[in-house]
Amino acid sequence: MDSAPGKDFAYKTAMKILVIEDDREAADYLQKALSEAGHTAHLAADGETGFAIADSSDYDVLVVDRMLPRRDGLSVIAELRSHGNKTPVLILSALGEVDDRVTGLRAGGDDYLTKPYAFSELLARVEVLNRRAGTKEVETVYRSGDLELDRLSHTVRRAGKEITLQPREFRLLEYLMRHAGQVVTRTMLLENVWDYHFDPQTNVIDVHVSRLRGKIEKGFDSPVLHTVRGAGYMLKAG
Amino acid sequence: MLARLTAMMRTTAARLSALYLLLFAVCAVVLVFYMTSLSARMLTGQTMETINEEVQGLGLAYQRGGLPLLVRTIERRARQPGANLYLIADPNGRILSGNVESLDAGVLEIDGWTERPFAYQRFGEGSGERNRAALEPGARPLDARHNAIAVVLRLPNQMIMLVGRDLGEPERFKVVVQRALMFALGMMCLGALLIWFFVGRRALKRIDSVSEASARIMEGDLTRRLPVTGAGDEFDRLSENLNAMLGRIGTLNEGLRQVSDNIAHDLKTPLTRLRNRAEAALAGKRKPVEYREALEATIAESDQLIRTFNAILMISRLEAGYSAESVTKVDLADAVRDVVELYEPAAEDVGVALEASVDGSFVVDGNRELIGQALSNVVDNAIKYSAGASENPRVIVSLEKTGNEIRLQISDNGPGIPDEADRQRATERFVRLEESRSQPGSGLGLSLAKAIVRFHGGQLDLSANDPGLSVTMVFPDMKGGG
Repeated sequence: MDSAPGKDFAYKTAMKILVIEDDREAADYLQKALSEAGHTAHLAADGETGFAIADSSDYDVLVVDRMLPRRDGLSVIAELRSHGNKTPVLILSALGEVDDRVTGLRAGGDDYLTKPYAFSELLARVEVLNRRAGTKEVETVYRSGDLELDRLSHTVRRAGKEITLQPREFRLLEYLMRHAGQVVTRTMLLENVWDYHFDPQTNVIDVHVSRLRGKIEKGFDSPVLHTVRGAGYMLKAG
Repeated sequence: MLARLTAMMRTTAARLSALYLLLFAVCAVVLVFYMTSLSARMLTGQTMETINEEVQGLGLAYQRGGLPLLVRTIERRARQPGANLYLIADPNGRILSGNVESLDAGVLEIDGWTERPFAYQRFGEGSGERNRAALEPGARPLDARHNAIAVVLRLPNQMIMLVGRDLGEPERFKVVVQRALMFALGMMCLGALLIWFFVGRRALKRIDSVSEASARIMEGDLTRRLPVTGAGDEFDRLSENLNAMLGRIGTLNEGLRQVSDNIAHDLKTPLTRLRNRAEAALAGKRKPVEYREALEATIAESDQLIRTFNAILMISRLEAGYSAESVTKVDLADAVRDVVELYEPAAEDVGVALEASVDGSFVVDGNRELIGQALSNVVDNAIKYSAGASENPRVIVSLEKTGNEIRLQISDNGPGIPDEADRQRATERFVRLEESRSQPGSGLGLSLAKAIVRFHGGQLDLSANDPGLSVTMVFPDMKGGG
């Protein structure tokens, strides 16, 4: 395996990630792929060890398997939260039903990924979770190159020219711009823009994105909404 | 026989009746004692009243004629049949007059009412010799003794007068009452024992038949049911409930068997394909780009497998009904608008007009995520099958209320499913009608939609749209909803 999928879109901010996962092979693969994507990953093979490491060191993101030996993932997260540890957590689980996701997030997780997953999906979610990147929630105007989105007046301009968007297209662009420079997957878009967690089978998201792309790129010189092969999309000016 | 009796004693019915019997017996004994003591007290009260009247009469005689008249009156009264007890003694306790020959020692030393009944003997009832002895300390009890109560008075000349009344009558009464009550109690105990025996035996019989039937069921005959006698008693209710439970277990069991069959059948096929592809890629020398293509195809194939697997799990979970999916109020109109909005661009891309005809709100108790998934599966199918099948392919999603039902209909004008029997089969798991084999998909989309609708207490039906197919999801309407 000389090329993990992460290599295709190396990210500029290197993160320190703790992976708490008991499956040795999966953990090794994650560590390798994450480091190829430019991040540092540490491993813990059970809940107790994972909790001890996470509690005493500073990580940017924790990736926690839900079912762990010695101590289950949710209780690790809950205890970290009760100690005031706010490190973003991505929960990995073989349980994928609606309720399982809800319990996972309620325990203090920030995102939930069902096994089996594509590494590109995991990487995109981890990078979006990165706490050093997540400060845009409070901004009222998102800017990316000559593209500008005003969250209060619900207007979008490119190079000063107003672009009319449908409400859903606006939310789609809003999400893409909030994570400008980061890869967002189709599933992430479906979850965050449409609030659905199932698999729509047909590539409905692609069609929505290409419509949006038509509106914000048509008549302008440079592309801003890029397709990242095998992963998803990325909004990036220039 | 003994073992059976022991078993019977252990039945709940027997234990309960034993407990009741014990309680009843205690109550009855308390009642007997209370009744007898109460009646005895009443009779004693009457006796004391009689004595009081007697003393008053004697007092009058004493006032009028002094001691001689008193003694005369006493002598006269003492001779009457069934007379009270009279006695006059000197200060030393020697009996001077009256109808008492002897009595318990110490009685004459009392001043006023005797606190408890004492024994005495009348003249002519025993030997005269005992006369003195009885009055001496340590005297043996008298033979023909009777019990009496009396009042002892000191006359002004230090003489002692005793007026009393025999207690024979109240005592006899007490005995009669006691005997009658004891007899009644005995009869009742006997009756209770008999009832206990029969009730216990009956309960044991019923329990035995239930145990026997359940043993058979445990041996593996899940079609067997517990006996119901039709008496409508608690045993019948229990049996009926257990039978309903067995029915449910049977359904679940059948579902589980079907799932494992289907998993074996429909996951093995793509797994084989996956394996073959990897094998073919390894065989012979290839260009890197070909390896890459093979690997990508492998990933796509495994994604499809995962999708199928997830669908099977979800259907089973929903059909089993033990899913605890969170249920809230969901407006079906919103669900339709969301899904139509999600699919509209994709439909337009393949030339299908996707339209929603929704007016008002249609609130049901449900799970938004699940309803969205069911709807999107059906809409996805409708778009796939109508695309390119007619001149103006269109899919219409409509919502309407009829009676206490909400009907959500997805109609297309594609080829449809002409055969009624095929339409029936189309929602079964893994059934992909011949005409649709060319379309990608797990064959689980409609089954999953159906499972979701049924989870919401509704049903999903297919009907001909001429041309095309209509999928109707019927949800129960909530009272006051919309």
